Amino acid sequence: MTRLRAPGLTRGALFFVIGVLFCAALVLVIRAAYGFPSFDGGVTGNAQNAILIVSLLVAPLFFLVGIGAFDYWFYYMAGRPTRPEDHSSHGAYSWKDYFRVNTDHKVIGIQYVVTSFFFMLVGGLLAMIVRAELAAPGMQFVDSNAYNGLFSVHASLMIFLFIIPVFAGLANYVLPLMIGAPDMAFPRLNALSFWMLPIGGIMMAASFFAPGGSFATGWTAYAPLSTDVPIGQMFFTIGVQFAGASSIATALNFLVTIVTMRAPGMSFWRMPLLVWANFSTSLLVVIATPFIAASQFFVLFDYALGFNFFRSEGDGDVLMYQHVFWFYSHPAVYIMMLPGFGIISEVISVKARKPIFGYRMMAFSLLAIVLLGFTVWAHHMFVSGMQTWIRIPMMVTTAIIAVPTGIKIFSWLATLWRGVLHLDTPMLFALGFLTMFTLGGISGVMLAMVPLTIHVSDTYFIVAHIHYVLYGGSLFTIFAGVYYWFPKMTGRMYDEGLGKLHFWLTFVGFNLTFGPMHLIGVQGMPRRVADYPEQFATWNLFITLSSFLLGIATLIFVYNTVASWRSGARAEANPWRALTLEWQVSSPPPVFNFDHIPLVVGGPYEYGVPGAQHGIFQSPAEARPKQPAGTADRESET
Amino acid sequence: MSDQPPVDSRESRAQLRTMLLIGAVASVLGVVLALLIDWFPVPASTQAGPIDTLWDVLLIASVPVFVLVETIVLYCAIKFRMRPGEELKDGPPIHGNTRLEIIWTAIPAILLVGLCTYAYVVLIDIEKAQANTMDVRVVGEQFTWTFYYPGEDGEEIASPQLYLPADTPVNFTVQSKDVIHDFWVPAFRMKIDAVPGIDTHLRVTTTERMGEFPVVCAELCGLGHSTMRQSAHVMTREDFDARLAELAEGPQAGGGGGGEGETDGETLFTQAAQPTACGSCHALADAGTTGTTGPDLDAVVGDFSEEELREAIVDPDAEVAEGFQPGLMPRYGDSLSEEQVDALVQYLMEVTGR
Repeated sequence: MTRLRAPGLTRGALFFVIGVLFCAALVLVIRAAYGFPSFDGGVTGNAQNAILIVSLLVAPLFFLVGIGAFDYWFYYMAGRPTRPEDHSSHGAYSWKDYFRVNTDHKVIGIQYVVTSFFFMLVGGLLAMIVRAELAAPGMQFVDSNAYNGLFSVHASLMIFLFIIPVFAGLANYVLPLMIGAPDMAFPRLNALSFWMLPIGGIMMAASFFAPGGSFATGWTAYAPLSTDVPIGQMFFTIGVQFAGASSIATALNFLVTIVTMRAPGMSFWRMPLLVWANFSTSLLVVIATPFIAASQFFVLFDYALGFNFFRSEGDGDVLMYQHVFWFYSHPAVYIMMLPGFGIISEVISVKARKPIFGYRMMAFSLLAIVLLGFTVWAHHMFVSGMQTWIRIPMMVTTAIIAVPTGIKIFSWLATLWRGVLHLDTPMLFALGFLTMFTLGGISGVMLAMVPLTIHVSDTYFIVAHIHYVLYGGSLFTIFAGVYYWFPKMTGRMYDEGLGKLHFWLTFVGFNLTFGPMHLIGVQGMPRRVADYPEQFATWNLFITLSSFLLGIATLIFVYNTVASWRSGARAEANPWRALTLEWQVSSPPPVFNFDHIPLVVGGPYEYGVPGAQHGIFQSPAEARPKQPAGTADRESET
Repeated sequence: MSDQPPVDSRESRAQLRTMLLIGAVASVLGVVLALLIDWFPVPASTQAGPIDTLWDVLLIASVPVFVLVETIVLYCAIKFRMRPGEELKDGPPIHGNTRLEIIWTAIPAILLVGLCTYAYVVLIDIEKAQANTMDVRVVGEQFTWTFYYPGEDGEEIASPQLYLPADTPVNFTVQSKDVIHDFWVPAFRMKIDAVPGIDTHLRVTTTERMGEFPVVCAELCGLGHSTMRQSAHVMTREDFDARLAELAEGPQAGGGGGGEGETDGETLFTQAAQPTACGSCHALADAGTTGTTGPDLDAVVGDFSEEELREAIVDPDAEVAEGFQPGLMPRYGDSLSEEQVDALVQYLMEVTGR
């Protein structure tokens, strides 16, 4: 009985069931009030769908209350005694602490990273099935409905449940340490953000069990196709709301943390570039993500309530969906890339033993991308039938956004020049990123050119481009970051040999898989097809076999991390001889990060400068009296 | 950190020169290789020329950029990698170089503005209105295209396949009955979405090249998206006029398009039925088809009487199999003649053992 009353997964499950029953009762009462029939022997189809949609929206909130994400705030609102310095839900002392609402940014960081890698494996498995089906023309393993579902869920999981949150997870762990803060600004909001994530993920993955199959309209879910399909579509429409809300809350948290919680002496121009990158990303998230939330709510209204936002027969505007959707989803490309830029700056500077070349330009170019990122969305719509004149300014801004990106690439190359390159796994992934992302960027510039896009849009050329940007780009930076901070996060060293094997198999498998897609795309193979003409058969078989190599490489990564986490060699505090603050504390760091808040006296990348220091740790005598984390008034200290 | 030897700028310059030389040679090789690849399908419109040339120009501009980055990474990885004994050594503390940073901001910007200008000129060129343009209305629906030509008496002539005279400018008005589709003929290099509620337009000028080219739907439109493929036939003006006259007689006489006059059940099933052959969506063991967009006919035909089977072909939405949406299958009563429907029904009854 106490287990059912104490916050935790058990109470969460109980509340979830109560939530579903509540939704069912609500729907039945309202239907009865309007005089709609709900029973004909069993429950009617319409009533079932209504119960399902309302449950998808509401039951997760019951779960969040049940698991205890709101307990403190409820006590506070009810006027019951609360202790701001209550740390009972802080830190992890056993594995069970990872399965409850935890306010420690390091625990949340690991929860984020592990959860998102879980969904990466699910999404990857779906991609393997997609490739198996495409190995030969005709239909072999799945039917058209299942096939459309497979690539839709694959893309949605990879974007909303892997790349975006894994960056949030890594930054959650590292960023407060980097700026010398004891935690994030809003630890309880941080916990809530995390717990909304698996809800969105499970919803999307579970859509395969929905009547009529999973959502099958691509991750873009273009209306009016998405307003006229089986109920599985709603698992995407509503799942995105939870992933998006999680994303917005985390971004807000990062912004406040970065602005208000930097250690004394940590001016903006002394922040590591990862912090700059997450600052920029968070600006994008806070401004752009509400747009996808809106677009999906409009779809929900059209679908469930018979509204006419996007129905042409009801005076709706079909193209409006694409404008609102891409006004988020283009910036989302940078949401999925800028944190990676930050990781690469850290890794390359430390592993080349040189200061980042042109630090301020690196920071300014991030902000330039944020600004320009909002001016290019309609390049996804060059053949959509929108007004033709707008293609020209969008072409120019899309091309120009390559300039700040180019500045970053060239600055990294200059950082490598004459350095002392430690070619271990994180560095290999960083160098792999540099080359592969350049290729993705170049095909991006090609795609900016309207006449060419008229031919290649919606073909495998696009599939190749996005995978070079998101796999060769984002995923390589994620691997670099995970290997780089693995010792800090787990206190163990990963296996270097397996790490290098993982890199080389990934690098080769990746290029063999996605390289040929450029060619078959230009030759005329459309994307999102389960069946294709005979002329593309040879290349598709080749691509399928290569993709299996890529799958095997990922399994090596999984084995390496799991085995090393369990029984790898103990990691020192600072195995890479890095200057940034997170490496100046033990691995893993103490529960409250710093015994003494450091004083920042120099830039973060002063490698090769004799006697340079980034942060110094005050002696206990000078330090202020020890206070519990979260209560310190940071202003009084500076 | 350890003491640094002074940066020897002469040695550094020499290294830079070596690397740039390697990069230049590799770039030339890369451009040649990239241009040797046969990228595009056969061109069949005047738009294809400028677009293919734009592609070549983009390759010539971008391959050197890629090769240069590649060369620097590889050169650094080989030349500057940590050697035994250098574990604690740091590189020279170079923080930046304003002149270099201005150069690598300005040069890409100039290059990109140049490419945009060129692309703009190409765009104006390929979308230019021409004299004596022929109008064709293209209507997309799940999962087929229908093409309408202006007839002499103001009545439109419908065709399940696209027929075009050679060497003629065409203005397509593209529409959709249900969801978004995309009208694409790879050989023409041109595509435009078919958007419900609005008309979109596409200009193509056919060349002297005659033949059959695929018409593809390029925008995900539902279950049968990958089967939404038809053909564009480019023919002489005389052949075209003759075909249009045939089409004007109506489907009863011609049966329309490639399936015209075909009355063999199996041929109709696997390839000839218009607008799309049955086998592209339905599995049937005898015909060797494996489509899964519609119900598996080996499993379900047994439950149908002859009359029900005919009804299911002529007006499929009258009763839809469980698990499938209404509106997916075209009404074959509109495009097949009565004899053709009979032949199909006979064929299906035979091969499913009835």
